[in-house]
Amino acid sequence: MPVPETLEFFIDPNRCIGCQSCVQACAECGTHKGRSMIQLDTIDRGHSTQTVPVVCMHCHSPTCAEVCPADAIKKTEDGVVQSARKPRCIACSNCVVACPFGIPKMMSELDLMMKCNMCYERTSEGKKPMCATVCPSGALYFGTREEIANLRPMSRPINTFQFGNQTITTKVNMMVPKTRQAEHLDVTSAMNDAPKGKTLSLDVLGTAMYVPAESAEVRP
Amino acid sequence: MATLPVEPDRIIEQFGPHLKYMAGDQLDASAEPEKLVKTHCCFCGQQCGIQLKVKDNQVIGFEPWEEFPFNRGMLCPKGVKRYLQGAHPDRLLTAYRRDPSAPGGFSPMPYDEAIRRVGDEIQRLQSTYGNDSVGILSGASLTTEKTYLMGKFARVCLKTKYIDYNGRLCMVSAGAANKKAFGIDRTTNPWADMIGAEVIWVAGSNVAECSPITTNYLWQAREHGAKIIIQDPRITPIARTCSLFLPVKPGRDAAVFAGVLQFMIEKDWIDHDFIDKHTVGFDKVAEYCSGWTLKRTAEVSGVSEKALQQAAEYWGQAKSSFLLHARGIEHHSNGVNNALGTINMVLASGRLGRRDSGYGTIVGQANGQGGREHGQKCDQLPGLRDISNPEHRKYIASVWKVPEESIPGPGVDAVEMFRKIDAGEIKGLLSICFNPKVSLPDNSWITRCLEKLEFYVGIDFFLNDTARHADIVLPGSLMEEDEGTVTQVEGRVIKHNKAVDCPGEARQDWRVIQDIAKALGRTHGMTFGSPREIFEELRVASKGGISDYSGITYEKIEQQYGVFWPCPSTDQNGNPIDHKGTERLFEPGSWNPIARGAGPFYFPDGKARFNVAEYRAPVDDADDQYPLLLTTGRVISQFLSGTQTRRIGPLVDQYPEPRIELHPQLAQKLGIADGDWATAESRRGTTTLRAMVVTTIRPDTIFIPYHWAGPKSANQLTVAAQDPTSKIPQYKVCAARLRKADGPPEYVKHLEPQQ
Repeated sequence: MPVPETLEFFIDPNRCIGCQSCVQACAECGTHKGRSMIQLDTIDRGHSTQTVPVVCMHCHSPTCAEVCPADAIKKTEDGVVQSARKPRCIACSNCVVACPFGIPKMMSELDLMMKCNMCYERTSEGKKPMCATVCPSGALYFGTREEIANLRPMSRPINTFQFGNQTITTKVNMMVPKTRQAEHLDVTSAMNDAPKGKTLSLDVLGTAMYVPAESAEVRP
Repeated sequence: MATLPVEPDRIIEQFGPHLKYMAGDQLDASAEPEKLVKTHCCFCGQQCGIQLKVKDNQVIGFEPWEEFPFNRGMLCPKGVKRYLQGAHPDRLLTAYRRDPSAPGGFSPMPYDEAIRRVGDEIQRLQSTYGNDSVGILSGASLTTEKTYLMGKFARVCLKTKYIDYNGRLCMVSAGAANKKAFGIDRTTNPWADMIGAEVIWVAGSNVAECSPITTNYLWQAREHGAKIIIQDPRITPIARTCSLFLPVKPGRDAAVFAGVLQFMIEKDWIDHDFIDKHTVGFDKVAEYCSGWTLKRTAEVSGVSEKALQQAAEYWGQAKSSFLLHARGIEHHSNGVNNALGTINMVLASGRLGRRDSGYGTIVGQANGQGGREHGQKCDQLPGLRDISNPEHRKYIASVWKVPEESIPGPGVDAVEMFRKIDAGEIKGLLSICFNPKVSLPDNSWITRCLEKLEFYVGIDFFLNDTARHADIVLPGSLMEEDEGTVTQVEGRVIKHNKAVDCPGEARQDWRVIQDIAKALGRTHGMTFGSPREIFEELRVASKGGISDYSGITYEKIEQQYGVFWPCPSTDQNGNPIDHKGTERLFEPGSWNPIARGAGPFYFPDGKARFNVAEYRAPVDDADDQYPLLLTTGRVISQFLSGTQTRRIGPLVDQYPEPRIELHPQLAQKLGIADGDWATAESRRGTTTLRAMVVTTIRPDTIFIPYHWAGPKSANQLTVAAQDPTSKIPQYKVCAARLRKADGPPEYVKHLEPQQ
């Protein structure tokens, strides 16, 4: 059974507390038992406790699959980009290098690329992915658009990302403040912004996310 | 003499802590569980619902339990990996006796023989030195049934006054403050009430790491407009995006509360109507606070005047609010006053007893709430009754079917018990669910005390650091091997369900205790056949008390996803009723057995008490010799003294060894770089650990997490100063100094990170 179209994945880094529940629970899903596929990035621990959980964004047009010389990476009809197929994967790591989000992992002991497949064994049976079920802060959420709109009145989901000249749209959404007008996240531009005075973290999503709309300063 | 039988390394070699990872059915994705057991996590006071997967009498994994209303499937990493404590190579499968000739210092022995030996030794000590020569240390990670049994075992079977529990290191400051102010010791509202509150003030709680599930409640409240104020010497993950951060200097919390209340009084942001109708003692508090100008408060507390004013504006002008605190303000020699300071701010605001406004302490242990209610505290009898109160004694004596005069009087707190051991008054010790060699302050002194014991029996499922001193070790049970209730952070009584049988000769703890009673030939009241039987007696024992469980049944707990106490079985006129439990305390018009209709609070006049919450400087404050302040706490992947979590591989990997957190300004001054070995010293002890240089801590403060043992233990440094009322140790501040280490510490050569 495909993953129901109405159920979507939402990432909200503003809520993340770096607890690693997602990392620990990921290894408990039957599709990749014992191996954690999720990445929890610590941005700059010397200056902040900011962490960001990164699951596969399940691109509408997956770069990993596009660059695969062996045609080993498939997207199922429900939009989930799967791990490489064992008989085809040649362990060349093209996908690992090409993915703009840094998702695929080369399992050298298996000669196989594995990646977050949205806990396909669970989501294709109507369950939630492990990470989004256990996440105690709601930084990872799996549910309907209506639910997220009710639960998060101060933010909204976007799924368009800009990497230089490459525009990527994804099945997975990133929550951004409603007070921001951005229609996409310009990911590489953040690399140019040195943290000011080394007192703040590298803040790719902007600060003051939860300033109420009427008083918020909207940056151009 | 309870000295270590052999060198610690040899004990560790045999008994661990060793790391366990997923293997066999725990790793095999195709292993089908025979059953899913709905139960709860064994660790912290949040008590998340979880389903354990069971196959061949082994817990092989978990499945989230999304229907349980408190956590809805959410778990922290400890909950996710808790199942790995099952089938662990370090598990005690037999009884052991101290044996210096054995490789690990202990030889296995038949369970029955061990029980006989324990009975003989207790008999010998008590007939030689008197009943009070044997003490009991118990714990709040036990089910309420077990904690009730421990209290009864001490008073009825051993007839010793010396019993206390590890909640002494945890809940007692909050408990004492709650009793003084409200007459009842429980969080006032269910957590769901936070959503809709305008302001939530979190004082001294590293919510993200110590009570992770509460995070989502805070964030949901924020989504609905709440401002979040965090008061902490460190910018913990919950503070990173808060509305207002108060970087309080360790040990100065009472000053913050007095200063903020003073500003509220000056601006008249107080609820006169509520204060007049429902409280007493405001004038004295106002008089005390009048000395706390913002300027003085800022000077003492290390929080800027601007931030203090902002906090007072948020709190003073809100229409609805929640105040939460935890060990950060409670682990002080001024811990009760700190908690009372928060309560004064709450009472002055008049925001209590409502759907959108409440107050609570965030409990640390699984049964931090229930474990402090039913008689394992040194001065307490079941139902939050007082062991010095003649009526209370009379009632409990009738339930226990013993003469009232046979129940001993009050004993002393856990730390004082060690002073009694030191002085030779207590010569025998029985411990369960308590690892004081890691968890008590100034723990090299604890070790010296343990060595003085004539006889020590430890009950545990792993050989914890303290039990290494034992003459006899009895193999006890894990949470998943028994059933029974605990009362979680909200005051909700929930039930752990049995998933697997005890392995080997290990026994459920209540059986072990009753076996000892039998060996002593003192079986009166110690012949329960099941936890349910214990609970049924507990219901009767708690009836009419403040924490009344008489209307709670195992069935009701299951049907309602828990029952909030008080839950009486009869109404005000003594007629039987089917009470659903009390979600929210102090609601207007509510009835309680103390006020009997006079008002919502648990005093005869129904009114809450303001208490002057005086600021007192910490004992062992910073000085020229020891210019820094050491504070201690938790990391998310470890729990308490690490007896369980330092054996779970994936959790140890997450944060393998303690590190000393310090600010870059301090690091630069001392010439310490991130990752360097650094030596922290106090007047009591020294530890060399790696430095972690972060801007998220006050420059005058260093932080060390306390979960590790031996040379890595933070409690080698902490001070055994205690609050005069609650007797909680002052873990959260002592004077310290720090220097770059001469080189790697000696222990790296022979100890693994978790050992």
